[in-house]
Amino acid sequence: MNILVCVKRVPATAGKITLTPDERAIDTKFLAFTVSPHEECAVEEAVRIVEAGGGTTTVLTLGPDDAADQLREAMAIGIEQAILLATDGQEWSPAATAGAIVDAIRAREAADGPFDLILLGNEAADSGDYQVGVGVAVALDRPVVTGVKGLEVRDDAVVARREAASGGWEVYEIPRPAVFTVREGLNLPRYPSVPGRLRARKKEIERIELPAGGRDSAMIRLRVPVERESHVEILGEGPDAAPRVVEVFRRLGLIA
Amino acid sequence: MILVVIEHSAGTPDRLSAEALTLGRTVAGATGEPLEAVAWGSGARDAAAAAGAAGATTLHVVEDDRLAEHAPEAIGKALAQLVGSLAPAAVIAPSSDRAGEVMAHVAARSDLPLAANCTEVRPGDPWQVTRQRWGGSLLEEARLEGSSRLLTAAPHAFEPAVLTAGTAAAAAVKPFTPDLSDRDFRVRVTARVPAEAGKVSLADARVVVSGGRGVGSAEGFAQLDELAALLGGAVGVSRVVTSAGWRPHAQQVGQTGTRVAPDLYIACGISGAIQHLVGMRSAKNVLAINTDRDAPMVTRATWAVIGDLHTVLPAVIAEVKSAQKA
Repeated sequence: MNILVCVKRVPATAGKITLTPDERAIDTKFLAFTVSPHEECAVEEAVRIVEAGGGTTTVLTLGPDDAADQLREAMAIGIEQAILLATDGQEWSPAATAGAIVDAIRAREAADGPFDLILLGNEAADSGDYQVGVGVAVALDRPVVTGVKGLEVRDDAVVARREAASGGWEVYEIPRPAVFTVREGLNLPRYPSVPGRLRARKKEIERIELPAGGRDSAMIRLRVPVERESHVEILGEGPDAAPRVVEVFRRLGLIA
Repeated sequence: MILVVIEHSAGTPDRLSAEALTLGRTVAGATGEPLEAVAWGSGARDAAAAAGAAGATTLHVVEDDRLAEHAPEAIGKALAQLVGSLAPAAVIAPSSDRAGEVMAHVAARSDLPLAANCTEVRPGDPWQVTRQRWGGSLLEEARLEGSSRLLTAAPHAFEPAVLTAGTAAAAAVKPFTPDLSDRDFRVRVTARVPAEAGKVSLADARVVVSGGRGVGSAEGFAQLDELAALLGGAVGVSRVVTSAGWRPHAQQVGQTGTRVAPDLYIACGISGAIQHLVGMRSAKNVLAINTDRDAPMVTRATWAVIGDLHTVLPAVIAEVKSAQKA
């Protein structure tokens, strides 16, 4: 099995988001970076599939040179090869991103043969465009299932599960080669080991520089939404507040 | 023409589709374009009454028996063909998993930009949209180019359209037969696993009792389970909890988990990272139980109890039980 995983470097936001003065990016001066959560699961899944059945794994990202850190995180968990589509750090549109990924896939496949599976996140944590995976699959004319939370590789097919809108699961059985966009919950990603990190540090990354003119972003500016004003009513401290909590339940009709 | 994608169950549009119809009507009003709709699947023709009530003059029904089960590539291709022939000024879809996926196929096949999760649409030259990033904790103002502007409506950003007919005429049904081959159906639902019977679904629960880092362990959830059962609600968790393996991911509330909209969200030991807050922002009321008075979850709550959840919850449970006995 030859597997490609696409990941994206995103800031590890937790508290309030602050923007750069030009309002075109998040101010990351005081932030660490990580991989989108869905993609952490994609990386873990690729490693598990190859651990179980053999094969090769490659991780790819489109981003600034610093995104090599995220490629190394993936390699620390067990991915073997890495490709960096290097940008000047400006954001790329989803269509331009899919196009650049497809070009890189075609070049790699011409040299090394096809990827049986291409895994991406269902959507990037930051831009949330919900379309790069489908764009890649359509350009390559490969079947794609989005929002996957269960994958089973069989000899002749792949069985993917995703949550149905009405509860329960939808099951898709499709031939390879295929593209899957996955969701957090697919698995519980492992933490990289120290030897894994050391190995990853020495590995080579294939760097392909992308032309700055290709990014095609439609963004005008970013804006932090105005917070709803809240007037929290403190019901009390500790267990003594219980009667007032139950009063709230009663007022909302939750208990008789 | 403004074309709205309707997802429905036996002809009854779902809530997100009703919201998309509201946005469609607004955009149609602003541009002077007629409002039309499109649906597929079994019972699609029956959506004509609701579409008419929402202001649509025509309901295009994509007809192909093979579309009875969800087949995203096929319906994406069919919709791209319809968009190509109708040349609508905009296509507005709900932001459900399915409709979003279908729109991504339309965008890729038609080589048109797609703006996901829009909270505002401003027709003009060029059209502009405001759309959600980071699950809604950040907004982007963007241009939306293309001969047909493709977009999805952010969930709960618009009031659902009233779908009962009243005096409005039903939309005129116009069948559309797409040109699809068997190969276009290589991705389709081949089996279904039904939901567990009798369980309160997290997404639909009226009450969610949710736990975070402060719960401290898998065992610590016993009190949350008990309170949820007493109130007929569901248990939710923050990402810390699933990453630690204390509870399954299916219970995670947040940007990469489930979005909930209960009457009451009880946040126990959850500080309130933005990725969690976007998952419960539609809750009507929030009760925070936290040791930290300044935690973001507490400052945003309707009510708060300052204290350790492991002493507060047993007292609350006892009080509920004695109230229910009385």
